[in-house]
Amino acid sequence: MKTYYNPEDLKKFSKIGELQKSMADKFFSYYAEVFKEGALTAREKSLIALAVAHALQCPYCIDAYTTDTLEKGCDEEQMMEAVHVAAAIRGGASLVHSTQMMNKIKEISM
Amino acid sequence: MKSLKAQLHSLADPEEELAILEERHPGGSESSFQKHLEQIGLFPLRPTPLQIFQINLGKMCNQVCKHCHVDAGPDRKEIMTRETMDQCLRIIQSESSLTTVDLTGGAPEMNPDFRWFVESIREIRPDVTILVRCNLTIILANPRFNDLPEFFRKNQVEVVSSLPYFTAMKTDSQRGDGVFEKSIQALKLLNEVGYGLKDSGLVLNLVYNPSGAFLPGSQSELEAEFKKKLWDKYGIEFNSLFTITNIPISRFLEYLIRSDNYESYMEKLLAAFNPVAAAGVMCRNTISVGWDGYLYDCDFNQMLDLKVDAPKTSHISDWNSAILSTRTIVINNHCFGCTAGAGSSCGGTIA
Ligand code: SF4
Ligand code: SF4
Repeated sequence: MKTYYNPEDLKKFSKIGELQKSMADKFFSYYAEVFKEGALTAREKSLIALAVAHALQCPYCIDAYTTDTLEKGCDEEQMMEAVHVAAAIRGGASLVHSTQMMNKIKEISM
Repeated sequence: MKSLKAQLHSLADPEEELAILEERHPGGSESSFQKHLEQIGLFPLRPTPLQIFQINLGKMCNQVCKHCHVDAGPDRKEIMTRETMDQCLRIIQSESSLTTVDLTGGAPEMNPDFRWFVESIREIRPDVTILVRCNLTIILANPRFNDLPEFFRKNQVEVVSSLPYFTAMKTDSQRGDGVFEKSIQALKLLNEVGYGLKDSGLVLNLVYNPSGAFLPGSQSELEAEFKKKLWDKYGIEFNSLFTITNIPISRFLEYLIRSDNYESYMEKLLAAFNPVAAAGVMCRNTISVGWDGYLYDCDFNQMLDLKVDAPKTSHISDWNSAILSTRTIVINNHCFGCTAGAGSSCGGTIA
């Protein structure tokens, strides 16, 4: 069956350099640098990545960071809370725009 | 839950396991463990001086963990006899390079001669580290085990215990219902006699292994997390956390196949192959003795019935150090579990 998303494609991610090597190299080295232990632990970064993956609804990233957070010792509860953070920000981002709507209502209403 | 053996499961047969490890290996024989060792000049794999003597006192256990590589459980009756223990004692006495005697099982404490054996080892070799791989719940399983912490203390035994996570949900899903709570109680009892406390000299180490088809994360980060959580929630202290990779054999192999994770798990192990970890695999400085006295390069080979490649000295009664020290270590694709990432051994990471 043909589908747009195939889990096998995640393994081909590193091959994007075949079409544009220098940019891919820079991206992957930047990526590696970002996820290193720093002011945030590698575990905290992985949970952020899991939340962002859900906000972006990227199935590859969801697979990758579900595994990565489990490997880093997060449990299901922590992972679900991270997803709720993403959901809250997404929901909040919609709702907070309603202030613009409310402004506009005021502006054009008698 | 029953052991694979009691279920008459085909994977209780080591030959069946080896067939899967060879025939279903991603990349086939071209990417075998042997090929990987050849590429880094480590094949044939040879031992370094013998330091660790690991003895499996029997397959009997009060638990039936889902990932158990021993396929242990209450329905397993294989147990080491005092006669075989006597033969082990002779070797422990004569092999002066030994630094550690590592007692495992099953639940080693369930062997009726366990206490006699520990005391005898302590008597003949006051200098060696005696490790007991204690599953914690055994301490509370029966009143006759309640004084184990005190017994361990008296004999200066180092305690190594599995705790897959610091919450009940994950621990119980791997080790059985109620195991987490009992493990916490047992850890408190060990702390009470001084185990795991700073400067007490009584060592209590914990073992973490992933509860599923993924690899363990950084040992130091997980240790920090476990220390904080166990202390904040339960006031429990311990010395070190060892992270161990699940080896694709026995019940964990059965899980991988049943859950359709076998190929992707092996691919993960292959992709994470680390030559530094390969050079430090534990079989190089270890001999593992089975409950029936046969000798193996490690506990995993023991479960696959891969005896040491030295037919004249494959049983403890025929021990010959000269031959053993020049043997070739028996390997197969399950060995990728020892060489992934930071590596894995009974003492945690390698590289
Ligand atoms: S406690 Fe250890 S030996 Fe017993 S079933 Fe669990 S993993 Fe196996
Ligand atoms: S499984 Fe055993 S023989 Fe293979 S590398 Fe690991 S310790 Fe050595």
